Amino acid sequence: MARKITYQQAINEALSQEMSRDPTVIIMGEDVAGGAGTDGEQEAWGGVLGVTKGLYKKFGDRVMDTPITESAFIGAAVGAATAGLRPVAELMFIDFMGVCLDQIFNQAAKFRYMFGGKAETPVVIRTMYGAGFRAAAQHSQCLYPVFTHIPGLKVVMPATPYDAKGLLIQAIRDNDPVIFCEHKVLYTLEGDVPEEPYTIPFGEASVVREGKDVTIVTLGRMVHMATDAADNLAKQGIKCEVIDLRTTSPIDEDTILESVENTGRLVVVDEAHPRCNIATDVSALVADKAFDSLKAPIKMVTGPHVPVPFSDVLEDLYIPNAAKIEAAVRSVMGKKG
Amino acid sequence: MQLSKADLLRAYRMMKTIREFEERLHVEFATGEIPGFVHLYAGEEASATGFCMHLDGRDKIASTHRGHGHSIAKGCDVDAMMAEIYGKKAGLCGGKGGSMHIADLDKGMLGANGIVGGGPPLICGAGLAAKVLKTGGVAIAFVGDGGFNQGTTAESLNLASVWRLPCLFVVENNGYAEATSSKYSVSCDDFTDRAAAYSMPGIAVDGHDFFAVYEAAGEAIKRARSGGGPSLIEVKLNRYYGHFEGDAQTYRGVDEVKNIRATKDCLMLFRKRVEGAKLVDAAELNKIDADVLAQIENAVKKAKAAPKPTAADLMTDVYVSY
Amino acid sequence: MSEAIKALTMPKWGLSMKEGKVASWLMQEGTAISPGNEVLEVETEKISSAVEASEGGVLRRIVAQEGETLPVGALLGVIAGANDTSEAIDAFVAEFQKNYVPPADGDDDAGPKTEVVEIKGRAIRYLKQGDGGTPLILIHGFGGDLNNWLFNQESLAAKRTVIAFDLPGHGQSSKQVGNANLGELTQVVHDVMDALGVTKAHLAGHSMGGAVALEFALAHPGRVASLTLIASAGLGPEINGGYIDGFIEATGRRDIKPHLEQLFANAELVSRQMINDILAYKRLDGVDAALRGLRDKIFPSGKQATVLRDRLGSLSMPIQVIWGEGDAIVPAKHAQGLPASVKVSVLKGAGHMPQMEAAAEVNKLIEAQLG
Repeated sequence: MARKITYQQAINEALSQEMSRDPTVIIMGEDVAGGAGTDGEQEAWGGVLGVTKGLYKKFGDRVMDTPITESAFIGAAVGAATAGLRPVAELMFIDFMGVCLDQIFNQAAKFRYMFGGKAETPVVIRTMYGAGFRAAAQHSQCLYPVFTHIPGLKVVMPATPYDAKGLLIQAIRDNDPVIFCEHKVLYTLEGDVPEEPYTIPFGEASVVREGKDVTIVTLGRMVHMATDAADNLAKQGIKCEVIDLRTTSPIDEDTILESVENTGRLVVVDEAHPRCNIATDVSALVADKAFDSLKAPIKMVTGPHVPVPFSDVLEDLYIPNAAKIEAAVRSVMGKKG
Repeated sequence: MQLSKADLLRAYRMMKTIREFEERLHVEFATGEIPGFVHLYAGEEASATGFCMHLDGRDKIASTHRGHGHSIAKGCDVDAMMAEIYGKKAGLCGGKGGSMHIADLDKGMLGANGIVGGGPPLICGAGLAAKVLKTGGVAIAFVGDGGFNQGTTAESLNLASVWRLPCLFVVENNGYAEATSSKYSVSCDDFTDRAAAYSMPGIAVDGHDFFAVYEAAGEAIKRARSGGGPSLIEVKLNRYYGHFEGDAQTYRGVDEVKNIRATKDCLMLFRKRVEGAKLVDAAELNKIDADVLAQIENAVKKAKAAPKPTAADLMTDVYVSY
Repeated sequence: MSEAIKALTMPKWGLSMKEGKVASWLMQEGTAISPGNEVLEVETEKISSAVEASEGGVLRRIVAQEGETLPVGALLGVIAGANDTSEAIDAFVAEFQKNYVPPADGDDDAGPKTEVVEIKGRAIRYLKQGDGGTPLILIHGFGGDLNNWLFNQESLAAKRTVIAFDLPGHGQSSKQVGNANLGELTQVVHDVMDALGVTKAHLAGHSMGGAVALEFALAHPGRVASLTLIASAGLGPEINGGYIDGFIEATGRRDIKPHLEQLFANAELVSRQMINDILAYKRLDGVDAALRGLRDKIFPSGKQATVLRDRLGSLSMPIQVIWGEGDAIVPAKHAQGLPASVKVSVLKGAGHMPQMEAAAEVNKLIEAQLG
């Protein structure tokens, strides 16, 4: 267990182990090998940030470069899933969902229900999200709330290398379409990861830290911001319970509600834009089902309602951080500053 | 199509400006001072120049992620472009867009685009506006070989054809969609094969040859302006750098770029032609070279020194008023 | 009388412990202490337990205050003679604090490390501590691993080699359990001893591991110096089948917690980290099948398949049985009616995990048997 690998390596290892275990698992996406048809290296990239590097060497044609045609290949992955394969399609940036959304939300998401429970669509769409790369408005978004909105899709948001591996293996074995969201800033994060394959069930939040004063519900990269904030607040005598949702669909209502019933205070931290995001969703859940437990108004810490700006100063202002979370926690504790 | 001496000098300056802009960015990016993703157009200058030389204020273009060349050719301010790429408030987009989203609507430059295949539908709209408003303008979508496979492109070709829009769809085929060869990802030998399916002319040109591009562009633009409908033009060319800066390009052949630079460079071929035909003195071109270098040096200096946006800028420009 | 002045320090329980929090002092300054007395309660991420005095004297100074979180090795209190001057105590504290260096983050490498031995195609993880004497081998129970001995191994290793290992299907050993019966696990003990060059050992087994130790002793009596059976299986037919099934079926934090709480007399010992560790184990590929296989062969239909109590009398090595009075998994009544040669200790305030819940007493009992 003491072995430390990165978030990126954990994802690669999950893919590799599942491809070894199950010959129906295939990978497709833009430059997931990188170099197809060229005179040079046939696995030049292994994904735009190298996440799938080495898999083409191991599995050959089961790792398929695609033309830059998201509708066609995401749709093909969905179709292949209905016909006996377990494709893992890489939608390079979550922003590109705009190009192929129909195949995801009108097709993949609907099959099981629309066809009376007779269809299985075991497809995984891996996709990169989040700000912090100076990649501007079309390569930095947190669009997971859109997918979360759609019944039939499962939406997974690993925050650690351990969770990335276990949740991805679960996603591949899962018989429903799964949107697997990888924060690009987390790829280099190291953590303990068992070498053996393992799964983490969907719909179980992780209680990252226990505390009796304030519940912080968060996800993805923000888990680390929230933990930093909680560390600082602990020194000031404020004990935060930090809950990492891990999956937004299904969502672990019980863990959220139990915690809020204990603390009576809720801060929700979500990198996504503030309207109709996971923060509003969790806040509404608590207002609906645990209102009587609340000792203070709910606070949300989110990105602002603007596209992600390019310039570093603006992007840094855009991204929620530990200081903003601390301020929100102090505010629900009735403390100034 | 006859080019005056002034036209030749203008075309050369345009190409040279693009080249030096990109060569300098390649150097500056490596210092780490430029944030984000930067995709360079070096090697492809004859294409943007060959088309945009025919355009005026009525006309619109849409670009790709590799958009600096189109922007310069369509008349965007070089200083403001450089400032944008450095994320400064004086940038063409106030530092909010960066390299991948450079745009100047006043100049008819509808934007570089982070979404592959994002431009063609917009260009249908720009063509439609020109047609409805009877401006006489044309609209050109520059698309890469990757983007030309996108569904949005196919749909746009059809729409432009059935509406007979004054549009050009220009495939700048540099052989690579990111790291994937067009030999692998494109179903036909030539993109022009697809034109027949949309009932429009399909013309292939050598993108290293400014004069070939200029001529093909001129005919298609003339046709579009006169109500003849859209055209598909494939420009076969090469990029000198990676998909983006930082791309190690191990997918490319040994000395591939070196050989192209030595034998097919569009600026070299241009000089050879005009100097050989004694249309322009080498000294005049040398003077342009020096001017351009100074201009780029100045743009970088100004961009580096320019202030960044401030917190007050974060929430502006989302709506007419917020 | 003037005894040496001794430091009471933050213990290291298990390989991953870096710091602990002083929960409460069980003794006041001025109290006389014997070795093995529980002096204070310390909480870690994984578990809380009492810190026992390794030496006798008077608790002269409480240094660490309740609520304080301190790194491993930090000074908690001072044990000295009643006649030592408070100036001498002050000087001792000052000297200790001056020289104390808390373990740095990278110091994991410095401590004992688990190793893996490949036996018949299976990887077996083990942890070896201490050196010399007749080795002691610790065998954990169903669903456990070598960390079940985190309060025992280091202390017992002061005088001898102590080896704890993960049975197949458990911890970080291979998950293939073969026939999944006691015979299979007994053979593993045999193979581990051979592989590690141990000809004869003291065996201590907990729960299912007790049955394994006992069966091994019956099969190879010449290789067993003594037997310590803790909350052991194999001594009666009853077992809490609901626990076994619940442990296997549970997939999440909320559904496994009530089952784990049955293990302890004090349910509060079941920490978030303990639950996470057990879930992380259960979620490894092959674990579910391994646990089900063992359940079906060793505890079928909520009963123990093998009862060996009638054969205890045939063994000549020293044998002791230790039970927690409040054991909710294997009933403490199985400690009754054993041959007179078997030493029986039933511990108050402990459940099915006395080696954790009453670590000091269990360590003392094992030490006494091993001599």
